[in-house]
Amino acid sequence: MAKGRLLAVLAVLAGVAGFAWMSIYGLHNDPRELPSALLDKPFPEFSQPMLGEPERLLTRKDLLGKPALVNVWATWCPTCRAEHAYFNKLAASGVPIYGINYKDDEAKAKKWLHDLKDPYVLNISDPRGALGMNLGVYGAPETFIIDSEGVIRFKYVGAVDDWVWKEKMAPVYEGLLKP
Amino acid sequence: MKKALLTLVCGLWLAAPALAAIDTHEFDTQAERDRYRKLTEELRCPKCQNQNIADSDAPISLDLREETYRLMTEEGLSDDQIVEFLVERYGDFVRYKPPVDKRTLVLWYGPFTLLGLGMLMLALIIVRRRKGGDSDAAGQQLSGDEQQRLNELLNQTRESADK
Repeated sequence: MAKGRLLAVLAVLAGVAGFAWMSIYGLHNDPRELPSALLDKPFPEFSQPMLGEPERLLTRKDLLGKPALVNVWATWCPTCRAEHAYFNKLAASGVPIYGINYKDDEAKAKKWLHDLKDPYVLNISDPRGALGMNLGVYGAPETFIIDSEGVIRFKYVGAVDDWVWKEKMAPVYEGLLKP
Repeated sequence: MKKALLTLVCGLWLAAPALAAIDTHEFDTQAERDRYRKLTEELRCPKCQNQNIADSDAPISLDLREETYRLMTEEGLSDDQIVEFLVERYGDFVRYKPPVDKRTLVLWYGPFTLLGLGMLMLALIIVRRRKGGDSDAAGQQLSGDEQQRLNELLNQTRESADK
């Protein structure tokens, strides 16, 4: 009988430990953050005009060559304004950043880049969100890290700041820089 | 009274558009319309935690409804192909029914495993009780040695009580 009781106590303890683990895991697991379905997949093909130069068509090839960030932004997105200054800083330190101007008004976007400075190597104009759809974008801002071959290595949803960059993105980015 | 009625009517009028997102899509047949409705009800809005794209007013849901409509009518994709198209971009989150794979094994079979374990324990307990019932009757009878030891103990306590 003593053996049975010991077993029962152990089972209950295991249950409590399991529940505690789930709760703690749940606390650090933001359900709004979805894993990207495109992780380790090639950046989708596209052919869309460049912001500011509508006659120039950009394609996937324009993003290749070096590991880089691809930032989805819009002037209607307050969080994008919040992270913009940090992108200026990152760009100044030599990180190439491509922009996707997502479902935005072209004139407003140009004014925004003029007023807040332009950290982007170039901006893909995506007024109807077609590229965003192929990238699985469900809001702005979203920031991807692609390698020199154009494979998506990381995705972050929300504002990129010093902490996010140092803790989450820089390790991935610097890993890609090494040959 | 008139005022209350007016308030009620206004309230209902305001509430009507909140019931569901309304799109103006045209379908050739009722079957197509039903298919579209069923599909958008089964797909989950990636921005919202628990709303399908048919009910959600989020901009992304509007886009996904448009895309579903386009894939259905222009591209002529089947339901499975449309779901596959969206899963490739937005992940399994957009499906209300997750697929059975390595990551979801616990989700699908965990409850049945726990139920099985519970039944097993219950069965063990019942079997033990039954056996225990028989041996209890046998346990009432003390062996010669045990009776002797009992007597000794009783004598000891009696002596210490006398002191």
